[in-house]
Amino acid sequence: MAKTEFLAMILAGGQGSRLGALTKKIAKPAVPFGGKYRIIDFPLSNCANSGIDKVGVLTQYRPLELHNYLGTGSAWDLDKKDGGVFILPPYAREKGADWYRGTADAIYQNLNFIDLMDPDYVLVLSGDHIYTMDYSWMLEDHKRNHAEATIGVIEVPWEEAPRFGIMNTDPDGRINEFEEKPAKPKSNLASMGIYIFNADFLKRYLEEDAKDEMSSHDFGKNIIPKMLEDKARLYSYAFDGYWKDVGTIESLWQANMDLLQEEPPFMLDDPDWAVYSSNPSLPPHYVGPDAEIKRSMISEGSMILGNVEHSVIFQGVKIGKGAVVRDSVVMPFTHIGENAVIDHAIVAQNCEIDDNAKVVGSEGAITVVPEGENVTAAVASDKQVG
Amino acid sequence: MNSSVMGIINLQYQENAVQELSKNRSVASVPFAGRYRLIDFAVSSMVNSGINHVGVLLPNKPRSILDHLRSGKDWDLALRHNGLFYLPAVEDPSGAHEGDLRSFYHNLDFFEHSKQKYVLITTGNFIYNIDFDKMLRFHQNTNADITAVYTIAAEEMDGDSIVLETAENGLVEDIAMKPVTYEDSKVSLGIMLTEKSTFVDMVRVAFEHGGSDFLLDGIVRRMGEYTIYGYRHEGYAAQINSVPSYYKASMDALRPEIWEELFLSKNAIYTKIKDGVPVQYKDTAKVKNSLIANGCLVRGEVENSILFRGVNVGEGVKIKNSIIMQKCDIEDNSIVENVICDKNVTITPDKWLKGAPNYPLIISKNVVI
Repeated sequence: MAKTEFLAMILAGGQGSRLGALTKKIAKPAVPFGGKYRIIDFPLSNCANSGIDKVGVLTQYRPLELHNYLGTGSAWDLDKKDGGVFILPPYAREKGADWYRGTADAIYQNLNFIDLMDPDYVLVLSGDHIYTMDYSWMLEDHKRNHAEATIGVIEVPWEEAPRFGIMNTDPDGRINEFEEKPAKPKSNLASMGIYIFNADFLKRYLEEDAKDEMSSHDFGKNIIPKMLEDKARLYSYAFDGYWKDVGTIESLWQANMDLLQEEPPFMLDDPDWAVYSSNPSLPPHYVGPDAEIKRSMISEGSMILGNVEHSVIFQGVKIGKGAVVRDSVVMPFTHIGENAVIDHAIVAQNCEIDDNAKVVGSEGAITVVPEGENVTAAVASDKQVG
Repeated sequence: MNSSVMGIINLQYQENAVQELSKNRSVASVPFAGRYRLIDFAVSSMVNSGINHVGVLLPNKPRSILDHLRSGKDWDLALRHNGLFYLPAVEDPSGAHEGDLRSFYHNLDFFEHSKQKYVLITTGNFIYNIDFDKMLRFHQNTNADITAVYTIAAEEMDGDSIVLETAENGLVEDIAMKPVTYEDSKVSLGIMLTEKSTFVDMVRVAFEHGGSDFLLDGIVRRMGEYTIYGYRHEGYAAQINSVPSYYKASMDALRPEIWEELFLSKNAIYTKIKDGVPVQYKDTAKVKNSLIANGCLVRGEVENSILFRGVNVGEGVKIKNSIIMQKCDIEDNSIVENVICDKNVTITPDKWLKGAPNYPLIISKNVVI
């Protein structure tokens, strides 16, 4: 295989337990977002748009739907003869099989894949953030700084800094300290979970970490602190665009609502930076004679006969006459009956919401209907939150 | 069915039927229902019926078709064996012959080298979603030489249709080209199934006897030599051979039952994949009884209309009974009624455009008004 300059590894094995009902059946990166996308479309599209054509996707938790979605990678133009998307689930070796024990262990267990690709630089990404970013600029910075590792950082509001891994840097961007969820943060530069490593450098640390039985084999908890302890050349790369961790129900809902702003914080259809996604074979959506749609996003194959206000509607959704969908996210192929009310809710895929049923949450307490659920008019009133 | 049938889509049939929309493209690549091209219906029906060997007899203006079908990947026809094949149009050096027979004749190699026993021939200008598998079983049961598909006309119309007269048992007794069509006439859908050897023989004999038109010289003039059965398609079907027929079929697609039958049955209609964001509706949007394709941004009013991908509808705009093709920009406060805008048309603010209900106004590609 030809020498690779830049290899991306996407950590897509996370269970996403904070997304609760939405990740009962699918891995977090496969969770639908933004009317037609899935969370993993963002790092994958970023890779494709950054000119990275070899991408390893490390899967573990409930991988079926994710594997099926990735397919050959053709949706992201990543079905290459000599590269493309490589799906890397845990596998058995002579000495038995292991699940990935942490983010670092997941990469460690695939060192033979990295050796095969023989890259100069390895980009490690997580599969649970919404953002558009050109990794090639970050790589240029990495090279210019003669860094051994570069970590993508973003300024977060000071009051939120204690929730993040915080980087303290010298004026030239070199990282001198890393604090995981500090009570009294010294900076508001949060790690985005985006790392570029020199390949040999990374390999050395992963091999060392693998031997350490006390380690939890995590980049943030073990690898990065160890590198800093050794005074390695770690630099920060500041990103100032839209970046959202959609690891919780509230943040996932909020990120969807962000798309509905008069001027959305980022463009999904930027002609120079399109977000790609596997496209279903569905017709344009149909809007009925009595429908009313305001400030919403609606995707293909849907049939809207009721009212939709400030909501994100995925493909193949049916919304019956007289139904009201407000401040909500309705995922693919869910049917909402006549005169049903959906308010401040996320309704997952393939649900049946019966006529007159109500699914009502509130800001800060978004109601979730899990995949495949049937909500009847009677049950729904018990389920009300708020 | 699959391995025993090859498909042929004859794009030289009525190639220029919709003059106003096919100046630079053949009728088969006229956009339809917000994201499709007419040819998608024939190709998808074939693929859904298990046919994986499809030859496209190219029209004289092939560029838009080649750009649309490319490798056939979007129809799962980019295969190692079989798959999508292009049969180039062959022109008569003297210009004496007109018609598709010469092109078929010069491409006979393709048929002879194909392994399938049967040939299913369609055109590229009909809207339907047909299961050809059932048709094959019908063909085998009747022992016909040729099976032709028809639909029952719902109303009287003039035009370029082909009408079959059949006996009680379905045996075709007469084929009339371009008659007036009455309600209950059996109108051909341009689809026929025959054994490949019969087809090759038909083309060879007709061409070598000076024929030029496959249907006329190959079949109609030699009807007595074949046993032809009519096979009725009971679902929706429309022939696109004029602006009114295009407009009518487009408005039919706004009927939910037809939209569902064509596009949401288990057999999907496939088309060239393009990435588009979901439709963005803003506060001032007001949309009724319309089809809106991904990539549109809607701030104005849209009623009884079809918006293709990437259309921008400005504030205060009123679009009614219209078909607006991809990437059109209808700017603030313009009024558009009974209009077909071809691709990439810009209507600058405060314009008023209106066609007749039975004959829409057509704005050509790339025009700025």
